[in-house]
Amino acid sequence: MVGQASAKRVLVANRGEIAARVIRAVQGLGWHAIAVHSEVDGDSPHVRMADSAAPIGPAQAHKSYTNIEAVLHAARETGAELVHPGYGFLSENGDFARAVERAGLTWVGPRPEVIERMGDKLEARNIAAAAGVPVLPGTHEPVAPEQAVELAREIGFPLMIKAVGGGGGIGIARVEDEAQLEKAVEGVQHRARTLFGNDRLYLERFLENPRHIEIQVFADHHGRRIHLGERECSIQRRHQKVVEEAPSPLADESMRQAMGEAALKLVDAVNYTNAGTVEFLADNDGNFYFMEMNTRIQVEHPVTELVTGTDLVAEQLRVALGEPLTLEPTPPAGHAIEVRLYAENPEKKLLPSPGTIERITLPVGEGIRVEHAMRDGIKITPFYDPMIAKIVTHGRDRATAIDRMREALGQTRVEGIRTNLPLLLQILEKDDFREGRLSTDFMREHFGIA
Amino acid sequence: MAEEVKASMSGTVWKVLVEPGQHVEDGEEVLILESMKMEIPHESPCDGTVQEIVAGPEAYVEEGDTLIRIEED
Repeated sequence: MVGQASAKRVLVANRGEIAARVIRAVQGLGWHAIAVHSEVDGDSPHVRMADSAAPIGPAQAHKSYTNIEAVLHAARETGAELVHPGYGFLSENGDFARAVERAGLTWVGPRPEVIERMGDKLEARNIAAAAGVPVLPGTHEPVAPEQAVELAREIGFPLMIKAVGGGGGIGIARVEDEAQLEKAVEGVQHRARTLFGNDRLYLERFLENPRHIEIQVFADHHGRRIHLGERECSIQRRHQKVVEEAPSPLADESMRQAMGEAALKLVDAVNYTNAGTVEFLADNDGNFYFMEMNTRIQVEHPVTELVTGTDLVAEQLRVALGEPLTLEPTPPAGHAIEVRLYAENPEKKLLPSPGTIERITLPVGEGIRVEHAMRDGIKITPFYDPMIAKIVTHGRDRATAIDRMREALGQTRVEGIRTNLPLLLQILEKDDFREGRLSTDFMREHFGIA
Repeated sequence: MAEEVKASMSGTVWKVLVEPGQHVEDGEEVLILESMKMEIPHESPCDGTVQEIVAGPEAYVEEGDTLIRIEED
């Protein structure tokens, strides 16, 4: 173990709850945590928690948190030795990872070229298929719109048309049958050309009412790699997760092992290092198909930590320095559930609800963990993600974790802005949720929210 | 008569999809605002001709601010 004598200086290139989470892990190792902040975040909790801090520019993320030069400058000025990117912002930017390494610093994550290969969704799918990981039928390379129509007939319906330059739900259309095809191709092409300046498309078979189940993987620089089981994150809106849990109510031990082995094939195929997540779509018969790999720590990592008794962020820091993996494959102990509390107005179709939080009360109690960077009077600006806090509960079984979540949400109060809290409570009351009948269609089916 | 496209919430202008002089239809998407990492499309309130882009790309706007003026047909 690394002691005080070799206390490292870690720049945390993020804000909000994940910055706070990483800072806590850095300080837990007895190291020195350096925060960065934009002009509107100078007084934020993550800055106050850190051992030192550096400003990196204006509020807009592309001028601060995703400004490679600004973050690198801060790293040099503050004498940082490691850079932890958190999630979002620059966490999956190969150029940034490369720049960090070229500056002689340690990047807490996989090698830059691995980030880039997995970031190219088509290449990632081709690598997965070549490694023997199941994938849905689809195009293997970007296609021009006029080819799309013909290829779609080969792939079969329903299918998704996706713009190569798109992401986050933009430039995607679902096509039910051939009658809708040409119009949908035209629509995506038009949007892709206007928004991304690239009208190349790819097509993928669409799985009806799938479940989103992902595997946490971890690999060190000495060839050792493991998976830590699955998380189910089927409850989503606008392709953003709302409720996550571990283990999945669907997966039994044999499905868990099959998915874990598939995820490790991908890890081996690209010589992956550090923490990563392999995301799959699954059907209720236990078939699963590779969707994408996230080459960073994930928002929902606490549910895995709670059922495996691990500290994934501390492990990321140690492994980045070349230390051997200390984690062991562990069957899930009990059940953990996470909900994301968002600044969104449930009465206005969950549109963002920026404003000032006058008072916030977050839950405490047995089996309750809260990740946040909030305080009374804090301003929720339109510049960043709407997540206010993650509330996580753990119990000996799923029913206990759900009961604890009801208790936790019952204690939660946010005054001054609208949040999705009422909706979270309603999700917990649904029979389909309580009985573990989940799908990515859950929010639309039960609440009419896409 | 000039109609106005107003910001439905605070945020930053991400994309302006029209140009002055361009004819637009009622309900046509004319601008996309970004707020909390979400794209909020704004539509033309009428058939008409784009008169002025009041808030261009990267402009920060508050709820209710005018984004685009459109001369109604």
